[in-house]
Amino acid sequence: MNVSESGEKMHKKIKRIIRPLIQGLSALAFNLNLTGFASGSIYTGPLKGVCVPVLNCYSCPGAVGACPIGALQSSFAAIGGKLAYYVLGMLLLFAITLGRFFCGWLCPFGAAQGLLHKAPVKKLRIPKCIDAPLRCLKYAALFVLVIGLPLLARNGVNMSSPYFCKWICPAGTLEGGVPLALANSSVRGALGGQFAWKLSLSVAILALCFFIYRPFCKYLCPLGAFYGMFAKLSLYRYTVDASACTHCGACAEVCKMGVDPAREPNSGECIRCGDCKRICPTGALKTRACFGCEKRNLTQKGGNE
Amino acid sequence: MKKLSPPRALLTVALLLTAAFLICFGLMRGEFMRVLSKAASICLECIGIG
Repeated sequence: MNVSESGEKMHKKIKRIIRPLIQGLSALAFNLNLTGFASGSIYTGPLKGVCVPVLNCYSCPGAVGACPIGALQSSFAAIGGKLAYYVLGMLLLFAITLGRFFCGWLCPFGAAQGLLHKAPVKKLRIPKCIDAPLRCLKYAALFVLVIGLPLLARNGVNMSSPYFCKWICPAGTLEGGVPLALANSSVRGALGGQFAWKLSLSVAILALCFFIYRPFCKYLCPLGAFYGMFAKLSLYRYTVDASACTHCGACAEVCKMGVDPAREPNSGECIRCGDCKRICPTGALKTRACFGCEKRNLTQKGGNE
Repeated sequence: MKKLSPPRALLTVALLLTAAFLICFGLMRGEFMRVLSKAASICLECIGIG
């Protein structure tokens, strides 16, 4: 092995550990109130009014920011069903700037799922005829549970519930419910059937992670659905150098989200993990972070031709 | 340098401006405090109690 080969190998190794490192640091940054885990209480400072770009429950004892999906639902569900312009604006800003990059690089729950998938067990390959309709579930979660029901299913005092948080969100159960129940006796005393349902669902999702890569992100996450809808307009984008791409299929083979980056580099399912760029033998896949300015010879696929 | 087709680039800019407008409008309506007050108390529904 010559010097350049070993240097390249080292470079690839460093690139491989950067994402887990950033994921760990971001999980820590979004959950810096570490004393809350011991005291069974949550952070109540002014930062809690700022939305974070990931699904990180604000009832997690460590959370120092607001989950945008939780904040959106609670605004819709409040008395009178108020539109949450501030939260919608933050969500749109996140979607248009980095979009699902947040899912792939910063989301603590996404990172946890990815970590479980590293377990050496036989992985499941979901047939496309089942996988494709299942992926629509996350859009149903967004439009029905996050927006529709909290706005429309009102009770006698014109209030509603954050339906996604209440019945589905495993991040709320695992990051908020379980740590609070362990450390706070009054929370522990109030647990009932709803918690049992949410905990069972969360455990089922975590168990699925051993066999399927990020099942929650693929099939259920309303935040991923929102970001995915703007993937083709996001400032952070992938491009394919048409003159360099040999159509070898290596990028599609390595993609654990089931995307074919050579055909659709800006798919709403892509979480921008960068595995495809690393595996590409000709370096045809590139990252662009701008309003779409590109070098000559680059064909921007995925809806831009 | 080759540019994106104008409608797509324009749409991106328009969405960015919309996001900025929504954030400012929401802040003027006091929505920051509304988000803060909700996020600073334990959400019983979120943790599976409510």
